[in-house]
Amino acid sequence: MKFWIGAGVVVAAAIGLALSPVNEYFFYASYVVLTAVVLATAWNILGGYAGYVNFGPPAFFGVGAYAAVVIFRWLALPLGAQIAVAALMGGLLGFGVGLLTLRLRGIFFAIATVAVIFIMETLMINWRYVGGATGLQLLRPEVMAPFASYTRMLFVVMAVMAVAAVSIARYVQDSWIGRGLRAVRDNEEAAEASGVPTLKLKLFACTISGGLMGAAGAPMPMYLSFIEPASTFNLSYTIAALGSAIIGGMSHWAGPIIGALLLGSLQQIVTVTISSEVNVLIVGVLLVLFVVAAPEGILGLFRRFRGRK
Amino acid sequence: MIFSFDLLFEAVLFGVLLGCFYAAVSIGLSVSFGLLDVPHVAHPAIMILGSYCTYIVSGWGLDPILSGVVLMPAFFVLGVLIYRFYYETFERRGTEAAVRGLAFFFGLAFIIEVGLILAFGVDQRTVQAPYIGSSLALGDYRIPYRMLVAFGVALVLTAALTVYLSKTFTGRAIKAVAQDEPALRLMGANPVRIKQWAFGIATGVSALAGAMLIIVGPVEPAMDRVYIGRTFCVVVLAGLGSMTGTLAAGLILGIAESIVLMMLGASWAPAVAFGLLLIVLGIRPQGLFGR
Repeated sequence: MKFWIGAGVVVAAAIGLALSPVNEYFFYASYVVLTAVVLATAWNILGGYAGYVNFGPPAFFGVGAYAAVVIFRWLALPLGAQIAVAALMGGLLGFGVGLLTLRLRGIFFAIATVAVIFIMETLMINWRYVGGATGLQLLRPEVMAPFASYTRMLFVVMAVMAVAAVSIARYVQDSWIGRGLRAVRDNEEAAEASGVPTLKLKLFACTISGGLMGAAGAPMPMYLSFIEPASTFNLSYTIAALGSAIIGGMSHWAGPIIGALLLGSLQQIVTVTISSEVNVLIVGVLLVLFVVAAPEGILGLFRRFRGRK
Repeated sequence: MIFSFDLLFEAVLFGVLLGCFYAAVSIGLSVSFGLLDVPHVAHPAIMILGSYCTYIVSGWGLDPILSGVVLMPAFFVLGVLIYRFYYETFERRGTEAAVRGLAFFFGLAFIIEVGLILAFGVDQRTVQAPYIGSSLALGDYRIPYRMLVAFGVALVLTAALTVYLSKTFTGRAIKAVAQDEPALRLMGANPVRIKQWAFGIATGVSALAGAMLIIVGPVEPAMDRVYIGRTFCVVVLAGLGSMTGTLAAGLILGIAESIVLMMLGASWAPAVAFGLLLIVLGIRPQGLFGR
């Protein structure tokens, strides 16, 4: 119950902010941070609970973005429909990749997800309809009342998606699915032997995770009014998703949120004040630092600190 | 596009040269991932680091290949240090190490890549040597000398490593550690020291592979990304840890990529390695020469 009140408060606050006269740049930056929250939360469903590392967030994210563009150009459907189709495509891709490689050891799944990024990118580079390598300019539709600008509206949409993603992750974590996934992570043979349907659970997690990442990509073309393969399928999304989850803590749904909010805000600040290269470097260094020194993430540090008192 | 056997022959010829080159850049990974089971996704990044070091050393007037050879001991030490660190922090702690080890190497790759961008910028770098830029005319075909040089070095490297692993005492010990580590431990050998040595060799070889990379074409920091696909494709297709398999798999990839390049154009070429990798993982994950 407390969770749902919190979720309601977050959505209400997002709408309230979007209607207030806060500087436009705030929404522009916050949108990116919220995207990171969705990506990290989605990543954690498979990576954190089941222990299968997915290097492919850009693939799912990009497929979602391109699905939205196709739906927009072809049928001129509104954003809601774009997101739904993007989630569907992301989920299908997750299911497909999972079916192909989740039977194998985790490293093979990880490498396969890298492969999917490049294959998707190559397909989009060679697909004229969505602009090919040079990309495609998109005309934003009319902004819906009561919002003063399209970016504000997208900010609210992304906030709702973040809340939805976290709710799904929380549900998965607390249900028998989450227990099964954790059993897979701790000892897959033992889990299989005690009757946990490991492959089905992994496939489910991979599909949900992919669907959420796809949904997160859907508003991106409208946010930029532009789409182009190289930046859409960029590995920086991988580092954002994986980094946030690891830095925040992978064992609980709150971890990726903490990680993404911290890391996302830090990245926004560093990109503006120093440079975008330094920003990637900081995330990389933080990732390695946490993986080595604080494998349980910020949540783990917090727990340890509280336990000592 | 007009199909002709002349063009096909040229594509296959170029593919063989390219394939040997791919085998050579993958052979380090074949040891570190194939034999030692280390999820070394930073292998291509270390190779690019090798390319940039070659760029610096050859800037002092040394031949690029020689520069690569000179760099090998330094990279050997680097490899020993990386493995030592990886072992102490992850491998020793067992189960959950898989996720964190992968994340560690991924982060390492990113740090190397961005470090290179900060130090050298995103521009492409090349080296100078007499054999770069000219080509050998064989009847109607023109084969660039730089490809021939890379081909030669690749063959020597693969042969040397194959002989080393099957004929010398330490080489056999490395193979033994890959096959049955607990047994080796029971016989009184220290598997960690053997693995450390092997990882050092794999990394040292990467320096020479990096030198070849910058001889074959211009190098930029973000190039490691596409080589993740090529190197892992070759190693998985070969069957983990098989040296002759690595050569065969490299040839398959090289020829496939070269034919796609000719038939469909350069924009499709990067997908060949990744596509082949997915197909192998789906159909025959143990590879062609799998154990």
